[in-house]
Amino acid sequence: MKSNYAADAAAQSRRTVLMFVALAVVGLLAPFALYPTFLMKMLCFALFACAFNLLLGYVGLLSFGHAAFFGGAAYVCGYLAKEQGWSPETAILAGTLTAAVMGWAFGAIAIKRSGIYFAMITLALAQLVFFLALQLPFTGGEDGLQGIPRGKLLGLFDLSDNMAMYFFVFGVFMLGFAVIYRTIHSPFGQILKAIRENEPRAISLGYDVHHYKLLAFVISASLAGMAGATKALVFQLASLTDAHWHMSGEVVLMTLLGGMGTILGPAVGASTIVTLQTQLADKVGSWVTVIIGVIFVVCVLAFRRGIVGELTALRQRLTGSHS
Amino acid sequence: MEIFGISSQALLGQLFLGLINGSFYAVLSLGLAIIFGLLNIINFSHGALYMMGAFVSWIGLTQFGMSYWASLVLTPLIVGVLGIVIERLLLRHLYKLDHLYSLLLTFGLALIAEGVFRNLYGISGETYEVPELLQGGIDLGFMYLPLYRGWVVVAALSVCAVTWYTIEKTSLGATLRAATEKPELVQALGINVPVLVTATYGVGVALAAFAGVLAAPVVQVNPLMGSNLIIVVFAVVVIGGMGSILGSIVTGLGLGIVEGLTKVVYPEASAVIIFVIMVVVLLLRPAGLFGKQA
Repeated sequence: MKSNYAADAAAQSRRTVLMFVALAVVGLLAPFALYPTFLMKMLCFALFACAFNLLLGYVGLLSFGHAAFFGGAAYVCGYLAKEQGWSPETAILAGTLTAAVMGWAFGAIAIKRSGIYFAMITLALAQLVFFLALQLPFTGGEDGLQGIPRGKLLGLFDLSDNMAMYFFVFGVFMLGFAVIYRTIHSPFGQILKAIRENEPRAISLGYDVHHYKLLAFVISASLAGMAGATKALVFQLASLTDAHWHMSGEVVLMTLLGGMGTILGPAVGASTIVTLQTQLADKVGSWVTVIIGVIFVVCVLAFRRGIVGELTALRQRLTGSHS
Repeated sequence: MEIFGISSQALLGQLFLGLINGSFYAVLSLGLAIIFGLLNIINFSHGALYMMGAFVSWIGLTQFGMSYWASLVLTPLIVGVLGIVIERLLLRHLYKLDHLYSLLLTFGLALIAEGVFRNLYGISGETYEVPELLQGGIDLGFMYLPLYRGWVVVAALSVCAVTWYTIEKTSLGATLRAATEKPELVQALGINVPVLVTATYGVGVALAAFAGVLAAPVVQVNPLMGSNLIIVVFAVVVIGGMGSILGSIVTGLGLGIVEGLTKVVYPEASAVIIFVIMVVVLLLRPAGLFGKQA
């Protein structure tokens, strides 16, 4: 048994190294084949969806308020970079920290309830943030913050160049992705899965479930914020769209479509949705919302494992293995 | 006369507006509570169905000359049938799964409905004329009461009262309550629970559409009118807890009035006051004011 376990662990770490190497190669080559701006949008939303999936896929908590972290961090980062002249890395860091604090506050309130109530509470709290974004003096009201400067990374690299910005964004994504990967595969992540599968049992084993859920929520919110803050620099814009509940819904869809509870699923889902939106925007205009809604319905009714989940299941059927 | 430096005229005016908003909150959260009771799902498309109620009413008036009074009966029927179709074709398949999937399904449906109406009618909003019988208003001495707005409160509260009576005091309601507690047992007693579930969803949806018809003459009929309202109603539901029918009615009305008062005292906070109350309630009574404490 023991040697079996060791072999499994070795195979697992081989797969991990392989996956990160593959991601790095694809990520570094991609901007030579596709528009960097489009790829940056993809990366920001992929990170957002991966962060969200940490909560939905691994703790089983459906937050309908993640736009608050995404948008809130975008506003803070944008304000600091534009009005206070902060450098891009410090502005993103500040945005991320803001999202962490918001995540802690949201979590402390919402975790008192579970299931459907949890979803409704996070949605309502996010709407509170939306109204603040509309009314606070530094957010630019309906216009949002426009013309946010990308600045110079560490005072050295000029990010107004799209290629330089791309590699920076890719670095941010890989960092966030690594944090999520590490979290899921840590003992802490195992306990999160235990809570997802059987909460009363986790409690009876002596785990402080509340504490674990809250920490997962804060990590998820922080990384969602990191994605939002980075997005604000890429598009030099922080707007009400970022904090609107449609954004919360979109990240749910990305995760569901790609495969919730899978490592790469949310990134795949985000890339698919961003591609769809970009491709369809010229052709069908405002019908995009309807198409998104239809994908939602189809996913829920017939495609609950998502793209990556279905592929994994297919591979298992073909090889007959259950690893 | 002035109270705390605020003219009583303005105070009563806003209180009354709050009462109207509260009536809408009450009817909508009542529909949500009924659906939740039997189906255990939160109907995210409730706001979209409310919007559709207003649109069906407006289309009926402008295209087919359907009078307001006919609309008040026919629109909830039409939208209610649509709800039954949704339940039969789509929702039914999800009952065995985590309830979050039904939430997501109804969210998707809301996006579709909103998107379709937005493409067909734009977002500028359409005006629905107040029916002739209810135009004008009466001077009550201490305030001016537009007749239609008075009617909205009366109609909404009557519907709430009838629904409450049906559920709490009739034998049909008793069956419904029994099915909420123990569906298998009620089924074993020979009652067709799936039909009951379908009908309940239809009635909940019809209530949303009824609110939409009532709202058409007081607000701009607009594809987005439901989505902003429904989030507030969700907060109302969280504050009240889904424990009782009466609770959801009382909470809806009460919060509407509180919101109206906030508009007088501190207008900047009026958009968020209900969410703030939700936070406070969750910290003090996590199950909501009328919910069963776990």
